[in-house]
Order: sequence, then structure tokens, then C-alpha cells
Amino acid sequence: MKRLMMLVLATAILGLALGASAEPVKIGMITTLSTTAAYLGEDIRDGFQLAVDQEGGRLGGVDVELLVEDDGAKPEKANQIAERYMKKDGVKIMTGIVFSNVAIAVVPKVVRDGVVYLSANAGPSQLAGKGCNENYFSVSYQNDNIDEVVGQYVNDSAHQNVYLIAPNYPAGKDHLAGFKRYFKKEIKAEVYTKLGQSDYAAEIAAIRAAKPDAVFFFLPGGMGVSFIKQYAQAGLNEEIPLYGPAFSFDERLLAAVGPVALGVKNGSQWSHDLDNPANRQFVAAYREKYGRTPTLYASQGYDTARLIGSALKVVNGNLEDLAAFKAALRKADFESVRGNFSFGSNQHPVQDLYIREVVKTDDGNYTNKTIQKVFTNHVDAYAAECKM
Amino acid sequence: MILFAEQILNGLQLGITLFLMSAGLTLVFGIMKVINLAHGSFYMIGAYVGATVTAASGSFLAGILAALGAAGISGMVVELIVLRELYQRDHLDQVLATFGLIFFFNELTRIIWGKQPLFMDVPTWLQGNIEIMAGLVYPVYRLFVIGVGCLTALLLWFLFSRTRLGMQIRAGASNRRMVSALGVNIKLLYTLVFGLGTLLAGLAGVMAGPIFAVESGMGESILILTFVVIVIGGIGSVKGAVIGALLVGLVDTLGRAFLPQLFRLFLSSSVADGVGASLASMSIYILMAAVLILRPKGLFPSHD
Repeated sequence: MKRLMMLVLATAILGLALGASAEPVKIGMITTLSTTAAYLGEDIRDGFQLAVDQEGGRLGGVDVELLVEDDGAKPEKANQIAERYMKKDGVKIMTGIVFSNVAIAVVPKVVRDGVVYLSANAGPSQLAGKGCNENYFSVSYQNDNIDEVVGQYVNDSAHQNVYLIAPNYPAGKDHLAGFKRYFKKEIKAEVYTKLGQSDYAAEIAAIRAAKPDAVFFFLPGGMGVSFIKQYAQAGLNEEIPLYGPAFSFDERLLAAVGPVALGVKNGSQWSHDLDNPANRQFVAAYREKYGRTPTLYASQGYDTARLIGSALKVVNGNLEDLAAFKAALRKADFESVRGNFSFGSNQHPVQDLYIREVVKTDDGNYTNKTIQKVFTNHVDAYAAECKM
Repeated sequence: MILFAEQILNGLQLGITLFLMSAGLTLVFGIMKVINLAHGSFYMIGAYVGATVTAASGSFLAGILAALGAAGISGMVVELIVLRELYQRDHLDQVLATFGLIFFFNELTRIIWGKQPLFMDVPTWLQGNIEIMAGLVYPVYRLFVIGVGCLTALLLWFLFSRTRLGMQIRAGASNRRMVSALGVNIKLLYTLVFGLGTLLAGLAGVMAGPIFAVESGMGESILILTFVVIVIGGIGSVKGAVIGALLVGLVDTLGRAFLPQLFRLFLSSSVADGVGASLASMSIYILMAAVLILRPKGLFPSHD
């Protein structure tokens, strides 16, 4: 009788344990699905979802449940969502924030509360240097990387001087600082414009008069679309080559600027034509599922999902031992669509960076073509400041 | 000197675009006493419909006509459904309702056209640059915008001062009851005026399409400038809208172009760039404040 009781008890415990492991791991995605930046969040989500769907609802063999909420690009709204994920859903893994200002508002708080946050886009310097945290991983980049690669490329080119233009807000200054870190020749002028400006006629006339060898601009979203159009309409694209970070040249914005962006060179950590098996597979699967070419945001969402999968596999879906999960994440033992990928001391990517050029495809669309690898295993500038 | 002339042209061109926007807004406010915050939405509708029809038909003129039609008709529908209920209410209700319309239209464009900006290029026959004088090359399309704006101003002047409809509109503005007692269908008249206002916004939108990003929410950034223009020009006055728009366009452009250089004369270049850029973005608001101090009702108040 006693023995039977023991057997029943053992079965019950086993059943409980099995039940617990069958409960899917919840991943909380906070991203931007409204406002003009909606397509960025959409691509991060779609890239992430693709990785989950390819495993039939699992990552690393562990059942996962992806929760997605729209932050409307607003820090306070993102904070509310994060709060809800933690308190109501018991989420231990978060990702997805598009904008740096939102990330700065949300990430320090959630990582302090024991959540592992993996950035699929925003990589503000504040979280890479002194503000680094062992619960925070950037899978995308440190923001400056994308400008540094262009700075180095232009520095190595025949151009003797360059004209800089960015919006007058903190990120604008950061991006130009990233460029200047590797560009050692003459800065002809450094112009800051109003945030959200759409008419650049005055600035373009000033560029024409200043006759620089090259122009580097950081104007995200619609500002960049307006600037590139007007730059080409003024005929300057024939005379003074334009350079920028990848943000104004992702595959979806190219549909809006098309021919006027032809020939512009831009810096990125990824491109759909990178030749490695993981990337070929990803691009083909993404095109088939969503009917469009993935952007860098989609690639970041996909890599984030696969990185999470690699670590979930090691701990077998058990997040009770968060240290083991983080140790597995740090190994970055997954096939990144970028090829080389590892984490530096501040848990930001150590990766290769490329220069791409906007070209016209045979079917009349516009896309990026990788023309040169500028940095190999590039470490961001803030890693040394991180004491972890 | 050539740079200065070019910047003056840029200022004129920005001013003309602002005029197309503010003429409609000031008409609606001056005649119907309605504050229409959703005016920028009709600008957006003009740009979206213009871009779509231009791409589908290959003809920019067809795009313009479609944009005018879409903006005008959607304006009249909004007047019939939403604003007609609000004439008797106070301004706060009108502001709330039209503010809600902004969200409605932004989301609608996202549903119909998707989340990324649309592509619209300058038509081939307006591409390229011409040399106006030695050394001064200017995009043909921007000259075209200036031309269209001037033509519109002339047409508006003709409509208001030389036609029967214009006379009725002016009469309706000064005494609504008397005009309707004389047998004029004032309700229809208001619908037409509102439709004319949104049609002008649609024209501004389609003209801006090839230059600016055609995206959801594009109306809001220009709407703020438009309000500055009508406050400076005098609410309800088309003449004020012309002068106000040109002033704002010139001050904004010249400020952006020359303030940093001006500060470089006595500050180090990085400080000068920062101060100049900040002051340039404030310049039109400083202008507005100055005008309001000297002429509290704007430069050309329509009613006293």
C-alpha cells in the first residue's frame, strides 16, 4: 500500500514536471507598429516570427509564445507594456524596441528586475558603455557602428573633405560623432537641421556653394526621403557623392526613393546578398513567406530569435537558472545571417561591417549591393567603459 | 550673391507651398468660423492620391486632377458628416473633432497604402535644372511650383472679387442670416467653401509629393507652419495668407541658410553652427511673436 502511494506520488510529481516543461517560454516583444516608423517594427516582428515558424512554434526545440505589443515609439507606453509583461505574463525575455530613446527609458529598468533584454535594433551608447548590464544584449549593433564604417570608407577614398548634415537632436550628434571617429580628413561643415524638416532647399544650395568632395548625412525616415529626392532634383547627385548609414536605404524605403538614390553608398552590418548559407536560406524563406525582400531590421529580428533559440536549447527551456541561460547567450552559438558574429565584453556584437551601393535590378526595382567589407570583427567604441 | 538669389528663390517656393495650404485654412476659418485641424490630412490625401494616380497612369497632370478631386470631395464629405453638426458649438468641440479626424485619416492611409512611404518622382517634362542667370541653376520643378502657386492666387482673387459665387461667399462671411434670408443656399455655400479649401490643400499636397516624403502624418509638420502663416497674415484674409506665407517662407529659408554664417563672424564655427541652427528653427516663431505684439490681429485682419 505504502509502495503504491509512493508510485502515485512519483507519477504526480513527474506529471507536474512534464506539465511545467510543456508550458511555452514567453517572449515579450515591445516594438513600433504605428506611426511612420511602423514598418521597422513590422520587419523585426516578421523576421522573429519567421524563425519561430520555421521550427513549428519552437526555438531551439523549446515551445515559445511570442507576445507582441505596439509602443507607438513612445517611451512611456513602452514602459507600461514592459510592466505588464513582467507582472501579468511573467515574461523573462524581452526584445524588439526600435528607438534608442525608448530603449534608454525601458531597458535599465527591466534588466534590473531580472529580465534578459535582447536588442533587435536600438543600440544607444549609454547602454554600451557605463550603463552596460549583464542582462542586456545587443544583437543588432552599437548605433555608431553604422556610421563608423562609412567614416573609414570615405577616409580611405580619394575624398579630401566632407560635408556633414544631421537633425538637431542627440541621436543626430551621436551619428555624426561616429562618422568623425574614423574620418580624419577635413570636415567642410557640420550642419544641424530642424527635426522633422521636409524642405532642404536652403541646405542643398549651401552644399552646392561649399563644393565639398562628399556629403555624409544622417536623416532617418521621411527626412531622409525628402533630402535624397531634393538632392537629386538639384542635380547634385551627379557632382557630389552622397554617403549615409543604412537607415535611409533599407529595401522598403528604397521603394520610396528609387531612382534618386541610385549609386548612393551606405554602411551596414548586413545585406541580403551576403553569401553565407544561413543568409541565403533566410532571404529565400522571408521572400516566400512575406513576398518582399527583408530589410536589415528583419535580419536583426531573425538573428535575435535564433540566438534565443540557441540558448534555450542549452538550458532546455528552463529559465529558472537565468545565469546558465545568459552564459549560453554569450557564446552566440548560432548561425547568424551576418556570417561572423560574437559578443564583446559589453555584450554588443563583434561583427563585420560593409559598404553597400544602391543598384537597379533587372526587374526595375532598387536594392543594395555589397561592394566592400571595411571592418572585420569590429568592436564598438564604448566597450572599454563597460565594467561588468 | 548668386547663393543669396538662390536662397531667395527657395524661400519663395516654400512660401508658395505654404500659401496653398493657408489659403484654404484661412478661408474656412474666416468665412465659416471653424478651426480645422485636419487641414493637413487633405494635404496628405492630395499627395497620396496624386502619387498613386501618377504612377498608375504615367501622367502627372492626371495625378494633379485626381488629387484635386479626391481632396475636394473628401473635404465636402467631412463637412457634411462632421462639421455641419459643429457650427453651433464652440471652438473646443471643433478642435477635438478635427483632431480626431487627423488620427482617422493617418490610420486610413496606412490601411490603404501600407506603412512605408510612397514613391513619387518629378515628371520627366519637369526634370532637370535651368540656368536662370550666370551661375544660378535652379530645378525646373520648383519653378513650376512657384508658377502654379501664382496662378492659383490670381484665380482666387478673380473668384472672390469678380464672380457672383465670390460675392455670395463674402456676404455669407459677414452676415450669414441675412444672406440666407435673401434666398442664397448658405449650407450649400459652406460645403463648397470647405471643399475649395481642402482642394487647395490637396493641390499643395500633390505639388509637394515629388519633393517631400509621401508618408502617413506628412500633413502635421506643414500644418504648424500653416497656422503660423494665418496668424501672421490675419485670420480669414486671403491677402494676408499670401503675404504671411511669403514672409514665413523667406524668413525660414534665409534663417537656415545664413544665420550660422552670421554667427561665425564672432563665434567659433562649431558654436556658431549650433546657435545658428537653433535660432534658425525659432526664427518664424520669433517673427510671429513680433507681428502679434505690433498687430495683434495679424497684418491684414479681415474683420474689425
